Amino acid sequence: MIGNLPFIVVGVLFLIGLMAVLMEKNLIKIAIGIGIIEAATNLFLIVLGYRTGGSIPVYTFAGEVKTMVLPTPQALTLTAIVIALATSAFMLSLIILLYRHYGTLNVDEIRRLRG
Amino acid sequence: MNWQIHLPALILAVPLLGAFAVPLFNLGGKTLRHVCFVLISLATFVFAFLLWKTVLVSGTQVYVMGGETSALTLPSGMSFPIRIILQVDAFSAFMALLGSIASLAGAFFSVSFMERSSGIVRFTSLYLILTTGMLGMMITGDLFNFFVFLEIASIASFGLVAFWRDRPEAIEAGFKYMLVSQLAAMMVLIAVGFLYGRYSALNMAAVASVIHLGLAEKIALVFLLAALAMKCGTFPMHMWLPDAYAEAPAGVTCLLVAVSQASLYGLIRVCYSVYGLTMGSSLIPWVIIILGTASMFFGVSMAVIQHEIKRLIGYHSISQVGYMLLGLGVGLLALGDPQALADYGFTAMKGGVYHIFNYTMYKGLLFLAAGALYYVTGTKDLNEMGGLARRMPFTTIMFAIAAAAISGLPPFNGFVSKLLIYHSSFAVHPFFAVAALVTSVLTLASFVKIFQTAFLGPEKKKLEEVREVPSSMLIGMGVLTVTILVLTLFPTWTLSNLVEPAAKALVDQAGYIAAVMGGVF
Repeated sequence: MIGNLPFIVVGVLFLIGLMAVLMEKNLIKIAIGIGIIEAATNLFLIVLGYRTGGSIPVYTFAGEVKTMVLPTPQALTLTAIVIALATSAFMLSLIILLYRHYGTLNVDEIRRLRG
Repeated sequence: MNWQIHLPALILAVPLLGAFAVPLFNLGGKTLRHVCFVLISLATFVFAFLLWKTVLVSGTQVYVMGGETSALTLPSGMSFPIRIILQVDAFSAFMALLGSIASLAGAFFSVSFMERSSGIVRFTSLYLILTTGMLGMMITGDLFNFFVFLEIASIASFGLVAFWRDRPEAIEAGFKYMLVSQLAAMMVLIAVGFLYGRYSALNMAAVASVIHLGLAEKIALVFLLAALAMKCGTFPMHMWLPDAYAEAPAGVTCLLVAVSQASLYGLIRVCYSVYGLTMGSSLIPWVIIILGTASMFFGVSMAVIQHEIKRLIGYHSISQVGYMLLGLGVGLLALGDPQALADYGFTAMKGGVYHIFNYTMYKGLLFLAAGALYYVTGTKDLNEMGGLARRMPFTTIMFAIAAAAISGLPPFNGFVSKLLIYHSSFAVHPFFAVAALVTSVLTLASFVKIFQTAFLGPEKKKLEEVREVPSSMLIGMGVLTVTILVLTLFPTWTLSNLVEPAAKALVDQAGYIAAVMGGVF
């Protein structure tokens, strides 16, 4: 049970992020929601590769060890973090532009595209 | 050494390096930049065409990035594919071909269309990166790599949708598209994580060769389906699509149409090649069929009431994607039963696959023509246009061809693919064929409306100064028109050379697996 705790945390984080994206009215809070979802995803990948008592997955420095954590999920996570950085920066810059145009961050008032 | 084995890498490398070379070429002046933009797109198209020819002649191409073979053999004797693999079977090559045609047409069009805007260097770079991302999604054989290309395409398209950043609507559409895309991308990544956790493999063929249906696979399948259906604009999550298509510059919209098809490609690839028969129950095929029918109907019923030309065409995109989902869902339903597959399943798949090609061509052309109208009139509102047929004869003819093709008027190519879908979905339940026919009629109705108001009717005072658009825009539209006419005039050749190999590649899951795993296990 305790071994599954990280996965439960991942699920809860994902849902918190999803709720923020769906329910929040403030654009910044929506961006934070997306950020939480990204964090949940990254945590999920890292937890997938973790082995209890495992050492770093580098032969040279590992010394006498039996288990290592999986290297591939770490590589995936690094890539995903870089991508998340790019999208977060872009999203915030779009929010700045939206604020300049509309003078508000409330999604209910930013509704020129309808129907 | 035969250089053609490097084609899968070349069609990614050329636009990617081109994207970063464009700012350098810009130092040599405007003309050089334009020439480079078009030449890079043209080269991508030529490579995609050669790749398609090669695949047709010598079967699935597997290209290993950064190594001779994909396999890693452990001391224990176990071996499995680890490197990034580009796997191009007939369906991938088919998609890459249509994507590169759309990219070429959009590039020609954008040269003149974007003349009046500032920041064209960035526009050109983003456009080429978007092309790279799209082609990468279509030819990769690796699940995580698919996610990376999905994000490359997404980020480039956010920038392009919001390119006219002085327009609040464009920023708003870009933001909406970004929210949906990011959510979808993260869901794809979680699904990839689930599959990796189960099988310690990221290669699609490697996963497919050992997959069996457990809870983790079910969750992964649901996440992938939901995410990719969101990205290709299926009914319940479609609201970003008309906004993004309407607000992006026209040349980009033409490419975005192909990019949404890349997401659809991912969905189909996952269903047919990764899961295939292990899906077991017919629940997923039915979900796809029902989503398809709902998108078809709701898309077109929203389209009929629009009066802004690009939004109207954008809503039609939703209903057209519905046709493909219907066709491919019916094919998926019949996949496990050889008799049903031969009776109607394979026909449905041919219809769906053919419709992907047709849709990209005529929808791209419609968006380009709508962009041409915007270019000359400065408005997107249909009520302010009228009598343009006399002033813009070429645009009128090309728009008429595209409108006839999308409405499924015989003998145009849209008719052939729709007929295949009617026939086969009738075998599952008559209701689907009826829904598809009604949708087709409503499509015709709304395009008659556009044609009537914009091109025919009395001339407007304000539009007396209007002239035909510059020649590069005409060439862009011409590329797509010629493709539509070729598909129309040679239906038998198209079906047997273009469509059937692609549909066969989808059915042949064992072949897809063997192409990568053959040397390993």
